[in-house]
Amino acid sequence: MMGETKNIMIVGVGGQGTLLASKILGAVLLAQGYDVKVSEVHGMSQRGGSVVTYVRYGEDVASPLVDTGEADVVLAFEQLEAARWLPSLKPGARLIANTQRMNPMPVITGAAEYPTGIFDALRGAGVALMVVDALSLALQAGSAKAVNVVLLGALARQMDLPEAAWQAALRKTVKSQFVELNQKAFALGYDISKG
Amino acid sequence: MSKKDLLLGNEAVARGLWEAGCRFVSSYPGTPSTEITESVAEYAEIDAEWAPNEKVALEAALGAAIAGVRSFCGMKHVGLNVAADPLFTASYTGVNAGLVIAVADDPGMHSSQNEQDSRHYARAAKLPMLEPSDSEECRAFAKLAYTLSEEYDTPVLLRLSTRVSHSRSITALEQRGEIAVRAYEKNLRKYVMMPAMARERHVLVEERTEKLRAWAESCDVNRAEYHDTSIGVICAGINYQYAKEALGSKASYYKLGCVYPLPEQALRDFCAVCKTVYVAEDLDDCIELHCRALGLNVRGKDVLPRLGEFSQGLLRKAILGETLPARALDLPLPARPPVLCPGCPHRSLFYVLKKLGVFVSGDIGCYTLGALQPLGMMDTCVCMGASVSALHGRNKALPEQAGKAVAVIGDSTFAHSGVTGLMNIAYNRSSSVVVILDNSITGMTGHQQNPTTGRTLQGDVTAAVDLEALCSAVGVQDVRVVDPYDMQATEAALRSALAKDAPAVVISRRPCVLLKEVKPKPPLRVNAACAGCKQCMRIGCPAITITEKTEPGAASIAARSKGKAQIDVTQCIGCGVCGQMCKFGAMEQPEGGRG
Ligand SMILES: Cc1ncc(C[n+]2csc(CCOP(=O)(O)OP(=O)(O)O)c2C)c(N)n1
Repeated sequence: MMGETKNIMIVGVGGQGTLLASKILGAVLLAQGYDVKVSEVHGMSQRGGSVVTYVRYGEDVASPLVDTGEADVVLAFEQLEAARWLPSLKPGARLIANTQRMNPMPVITGAAEYPTGIFDALRGAGVALMVVDALSLALQAGSAKAVNVVLLGALARQMDLPEAAWQAALRKTVKSQFVELNQKAFALGYDISKG
Repeated sequence: MSKKDLLLGNEAVARGLWEAGCRFVSSYPGTPSTEITESVAEYAEIDAEWAPNEKVALEAALGAAIAGVRSFCGMKHVGLNVAADPLFTASYTGVNAGLVIAVADDPGMHSSQNEQDSRHYARAAKLPMLEPSDSEECRAFAKLAYTLSEEYDTPVLLRLSTRVSHSRSITALEQRGEIAVRAYEKNLRKYVMMPAMARERHVLVEERTEKLRAWAESCDVNRAEYHDTSIGVICAGINYQYAKEALGSKASYYKLGCVYPLPEQALRDFCAVCKTVYVAEDLDDCIELHCRALGLNVRGKDVLPRLGEFSQGLLRKAILGETLPARALDLPLPARPPVLCPGCPHRSLFYVLKKLGVFVSGDIGCYTLGALQPLGMMDTCVCMGASVSALHGRNKALPEQAGKAVAVIGDSTFAHSGVTGLMNIAYNRSSSVVVILDNSITGMTGHQQNPTTGRTLQGDVTAAVDLEALCSAVGVQDVRVVDPYDMQATEAALRSALAKDAPAVVISRRPCVLLKEVKPKPPLRVNAACAGCKQCMRIGCPAITITEKTEPGAASIAARSKGKAQIDVTQCIGCGVCGQMCKFGAMEQPEGGRG
């Protein structure tokens, strides 16, 4: 079952909580007995820049990076970032994308335009796309900050790992006063991707 | 079953230090090395601290090692430039208890101002350098470094890189070995580096390198892994992982755990077995040149870049000529550079500077982002502290323009190496105006305390540098403090400082909005008075956007508000700066906010 190494990418905008999502995912995979490598972004680009976290697992993982054409799943926290990281996706692999749109500075200053029709273009390119309105679900769970855990829930449904393992990792990783909120957020994300 | 965890490379270094019985750590933050020291702070047995800069940190660690306790000092690559002075002579004195120095390179410059290769320092200072390739090796090599340090009487360098420091992988966890304090013995010939003694020590340093080279031949961190021998790859650190990922059993590997000194005979043997041998090293050709000097016919920089970081895809393409299929959209995708956070106190300060139209001698920190559009208010940025000293030079060169130039420097950077430049301004009399952006924290590297914040690494209350008193003590008489959120007062203070023919310091003081103690105010609202003039957009706040225009006289409320400013309530922290930009009073502060 461990066999071939699987590659997941979590992409988004610095400050959206991609790091916490990868931390929980890493904890789940470790508990399931996989060899795991997680590559994180710290420092400069965290300040509102484009960020990417790589999670790789299997029997024996060498590189911590996921390179062009290697990702089995890309979980995108923002539309433009979903488009940006498309080249990482393996043929036939799944892209889970949040509908949120955050204007980068060149768009704010008017130097560039935010592209329209990103999701249509992705579908047009034959991408197996799953779209999630994570902000609404996070607000439903009780906080806009829970967007990351909603999206993690959506990812979890696509992965072949026991739900109890996710719950355990969630309890272990988030602060106790936020466990309930995050469990709710996780469940909302998990359920949307049913079937 | 033995214990293990998924640790960041930096956390694993900290774990290794703790297991090795390390007792004293002094470092200065710098991406990607920072988390080593933050993580060390969680071990009660280690007395850990942030020093004002890397030179102080290394000297403190050396002092502790000579005193007899295992010590450590961590920094980023450019930090070793600052610490180079003690480094080169610590090589001569050697140690008493072990001294390990971690230096983290940043190929690809994720968070750095240059892409220098620290391995040159190992050779130049004649110090052994170990390079781990994953978290488990980070832990193990940190321990091995202490053994080497004490056995060969030398500081040991531990070279990290962004992907090793900032990747998590499975790490074994062992117990701490308590190491007794080694007795200090006065020894003029070893510890007092005057010419006569240093000449003797230099002989020992050269002998030590030869002994270490012999060790490198037989140690188990340097090893050949034979598979298909038509391709051989000599590699170290993260490049070993990339090579294995790219080539698997299609190649054989010589994996170097010790990158200086190199095991010459072992490399000869490996090259004799493999048909085509590549040296897979990013940045400079340190290993490749050495192989060539040995007469080995290796390939490397003829097919591999000197710029940026490697990856498995890069090696696959360069060595096997293979690429994986990939798709891209036929849409122009705007870049997403890092930005000053919403509510960042640096933003309004830069806007005031823009209004004044001054030359800005810049420095390194979050505020370097003020160089980017739409603020665009920085002319130079070289290294920590250079803003202050370079402004002095400029004002000496162009004294008539001194009233139109300032230096900007953060609180941590000022304590690191800005204050010496300020001394020079006062001492050698240039009418330079230095703005200290005091946000009460080392922001860029992720919120570390520093000597100006009044808190230690562990968060305990301690003495705080009194910046106003310090500036006047070095001889600057005109020292003012402003709140950058009050743009009018900030502008007035700067104008008056620039008008005088004397050195001045303007302290722009307002804590970083990401600090826990700073409570965000309710987000602002845009009212009907908004004329869509876009004046508020000139401060470049990511929380403000302009909605797209549509037909005038449209029926729906949504359509009528098109072309007006809009505030993202999830991002706005209610700083009120955009309100000061608006002539129409359209930015409304809800109850309890600043006006
Ligand atoms: C010699 C050296 N050491 C460390 C660093 C990493 N570094 C970059 S900026 C910075 C300090 C930033 O803090 P501060 O000056 O307070 O400005 P802020 O980011 O808070 O605005 C550090 C430690 C560096 N670039 N060079």
